[in-house]
Amino acid sequence: MQIGVPRETRPRETRVSATPATVVQLVQLGYEVVVEAGAGRAASFPDEAYVAAGARIGTAAEAWGAEVVLKVNAPAREEIGLLADGATLVSLLSPALNPELVEALAARPLTVLAMDAVPRISRAQSMDVLSSMANIAGYRAVVEAANVFGRFFTGQVTAAGKVPPAKVLVAGAGVAGLAAIGTASSLGAIVRATDVRPEVAEQVRSLGGEYVAVPAGEQEVSSDGYAREMGEDFNRRAAQMYAEQARDVDIVITTALIPGRPAPRLVTEEMVASMRPGSVVVDMAAAQGGNVAGSVADEVVVTPNGVTIIGYTDLPARLPAQASQLYGTNLVNLLRLLTPGADGRLVLDLDDVVQRGITVVREGELMWPPPPVQVSAAPPPAAPPAGATAAAPAVPQRTPAPARRFALVGVAAALLFLVAAFSPDELLGHVTVFALAVVVGFYVIGKVHHALHTPLMSVTNAISGIIVVGALLQLGSDDGLVRALAFVATLVASINVFGGFAVTRRMLGMFSRGPSTEAAAR
Amino acid sequence: MTATTAAAAAYIVAALLFILSLAGLSKHETAKAGNAYGIAGMAIALAATVGLATRGISTAGLTLLVVAVVVGAAIGLWRARVVEMTGMPELIALLHSFVGLAAVLVGWNGYLSVEGADGGSPLTGTEAGIHSGEVVVGVFIGAVTFTGSIVAFLKLSARIRSNPLVLPGRNWLNLGALALFAVLTVVFVAEPNLLVLSVVTVLALALGWHLVASIGGGDMPVVVSMLNSYSGWAAAASGFLLGNDLLIITGALVGSSGAYLSYIMCKAMNRSFLSVIAGGFGNEGAAASSDVDYGEHTEITAEETAELLRDAKSVVITPGYGMAVAQAQGAVAELTRKLRAQDVDVRFGIHPVAGRLPGHMNVLLAEAKVPYDVVLEMDEINDDLAGTSVVLVIGANDTVNPAATEDPASPIAGMPVLRVWEAEHVVVFKRSMNTGYAGVQNPLFFRENSRMLFGDARERVEDILKAL
Repeated sequence: MQIGVPRETRPRETRVSATPATVVQLVQLGYEVVVEAGAGRAASFPDEAYVAAGARIGTAAEAWGAEVVLKVNAPAREEIGLLADGATLVSLLSPALNPELVEALAARPLTVLAMDAVPRISRAQSMDVLSSMANIAGYRAVVEAANVFGRFFTGQVTAAGKVPPAKVLVAGAGVAGLAAIGTASSLGAIVRATDVRPEVAEQVRSLGGEYVAVPAGEQEVSSDGYAREMGEDFNRRAAQMYAEQARDVDIVITTALIPGRPAPRLVTEEMVASMRPGSVVVDMAAAQGGNVAGSVADEVVVTPNGVTIIGYTDLPARLPAQASQLYGTNLVNLLRLLTPGADGRLVLDLDDVVQRGITVVREGELMWPPPPVQVSAAPPPAAPPAGATAAAPAVPQRTPAPARRFALVGVAAALLFLVAAFSPDELLGHVTVFALAVVVGFYVIGKVHHALHTPLMSVTNAISGIIVVGALLQLGSDDGLVRALAFVATLVASINVFGGFAVTRRMLGMFSRGPSTEAAAR
Repeated sequence: MTATTAAAAAYIVAALLFILSLAGLSKHETAKAGNAYGIAGMAIALAATVGLATRGISTAGLTLLVVAVVVGAAIGLWRARVVEMTGMPELIALLHSFVGLAAVLVGWNGYLSVEGADGGSPLTGTEAGIHSGEVVVGVFIGAVTFTGSIVAFLKLSARIRSNPLVLPGRNWLNLGALALFAVLTVVFVAEPNLLVLSVVTVLALALGWHLVASIGGGDMPVVVSMLNSYSGWAAAASGFLLGNDLLIITGALVGSSGAYLSYIMCKAMNRSFLSVIAGGFGNEGAAASSDVDYGEHTEITAEETAELLRDAKSVVITPGYGMAVAQAQGAVAELTRKLRAQDVDVRFGIHPVAGRLPGHMNVLLAEAKVPYDVVLEMDEINDDLAGTSVVLVIGANDTVNPAATEDPASPIAGMPVLRVWEAEHVVVFKRSMNTGYAGVQNPLFFRENSRMLFGDARERVEDILKAL
């Protein structure tokens, strides 16, 4: 099949959906590639490089008329008409935010795949353009800030005097935030980062940042005797924390986004006003309304007190070569999934959650929105084919149909009843005790911590040495042989009892938590 | 209150203390208290029994009792004190065999003092029948536990080869033995005699031997925990025989908790419970190895590894049985401390079946004073491996084998594994290129981001420490 790579027409867009390097991979998958003349120019990929990689240079009509069209941005209204009937279009689409565009596409017999709808499961990470673009944007945000910031990022002691390091605050530790933390700290700045999710603290530290938590609520008694709404209280404390940080830092980079909602306002006008002249704020959420008061999408604003607020929304496009390469690789990974035969034939398998998730229109039929993807319930989906097939049979086993389960329980109960009913009285008492103890044993260790399996086993082992009781009672026999056997039994069971408890004690003595170990080491 | 009711009351208290003990052992915070409850329960039970048994016992009998308990206690305490933590699986397997042996002996005594007593059985009718049945069942379970544990002990201590023994039609052998046992039980109940009891004992001994001999080394954690369960059932059977509720309760507790523990572990390996019990991991694997060309593996030196670690931001160590064999846990802990002091984030990823005993690695690391909050379970760490700079695979093999997820034809296909290959660098500590316990070749060693560090794990880790 033929793949078309048209030139991007949106203003300020510099990226291209295929680079010479990814064209080679597309050709290996068995596709013919047509690149519109000049498509890669803005990203520094000349037409000759595409030809060398095995592509053909063609006109816009040729690129748009291919059977598979790879794009970065969603097509403009007039461009939809250029697509051939039965063609497949792959691009960023934001189908949830652009219903009329989706409708216009569905009016044609097309198949449309949205790259920004790839489900966030580990198997699909290699196709996740949102992550790859956010990574670039985070890097670029730091570079933009450094560009207008009038000082070094790193601290230095020079003959001309001491230079303090810049202090950077990153709000939101998602992919973009983490990339910004890593970039800023490798430039030598002191980096702090905040996020509403405390579990990201570790990731922040791993990139050289310092995690700033929203301080826990003070123990103040409210006047009306009722606790305030949790969210409100939290927001108030968060705002207080931001206000303190704003006074202290030189650079603020905000990345806070809530899917499908306007961006939360983190930095108010007063906070911006409290910043030192020359400070820089990069608002990466400017397109969604902004995290920072006073930011304007796609513009640089300088406030009266000399703080620069950068509101660029095209940060990935400001690294065109890198962004095109990563986006192109995401596309190649998707096409690899869609071309199982590596024979240049695109096959869409809607039973696969990844492929179902990105399919917005299929041959003119509207498929949006897809069913929700279960992210955490299934065992970790490792490698695509084997993991999926191996996990499948385990599922029915875990949850047998209720009817079958009731039937099983019923049969078991009936059997137990028969056995018990025909037992003599004395045995019955023992059976009762036995059955109850089995159930207790089952439940009592239900939540055992994995690290304690060995001590648990050695303690149960010691306890099963209780058989010594039986042996002891037999020692009183008058029969010499019985007595000898009972003696041996008592001996070995005693080894078990004493040895088992002693060794458990010894093992448990070794388990210790972090701090106490350090204390011991000191 | 008579002596008998006092003893019965003491037994109830002891049984409850045992339940508290098991419950306590499921959390770190309460584990020590759990052990103390167990000891208290045992002390009460023993005191009550000794009180009961010494009424009307001869001096000679009393001497025997004291001698047996004291000698047993001395041996037990001595072994517990000197055992190496790496030798834990063997010790526990051996202790299980003692319970099995004791159950066999108690069963035989039951026969000798009732059915086989001079002047005929004091019991009649159904009661006699039930007693005989209990004798046979108790002896049978005890004997299976006994030889099974002995084989497990021998395999774990490397006194015999751990490869699964494959006899033709081995499932039929096991089933046949069970059927024969059922027939013999009926015969014995109808007419108790020494010959039938001896045959049952020999049959059970052979069955126990064969059951465990045909299970490969890779399944040893499950086997040990299963034997633990058997030893519980053996104690419960003796309880029925002697009409002693304490034995029944305790045996059933241990039996069902052990069985459930084995089940948890089987689930962790994505293996069916029955197939592990019936034996046969790795026998398919031995055939399926080595024909495929996996490419070249690349070696690395300890100095280069130190270099990698110094530049790393995060390190995950995935230990396996090899770390236990090489006694490397101390050196590994030292390495952990050193790296953590340099602000490298060091964590441990423990596969549920790493080692030869459930939780084996945790015990070793605890012994070496690695704080338990950096020791994580497979599920806790698997998603972080992709963002890890360096993974050190120390003496683990099958638990980090990518074939389990990628090769549907592999004998270990579908077993959840630590996805170490997603990390930036993987350093594999290994003695040679031999296959692991499952006998399956590991494509991990031939990956581009994998490096092999050959030699004794402890020496290599010490070399790295020197280079750091």
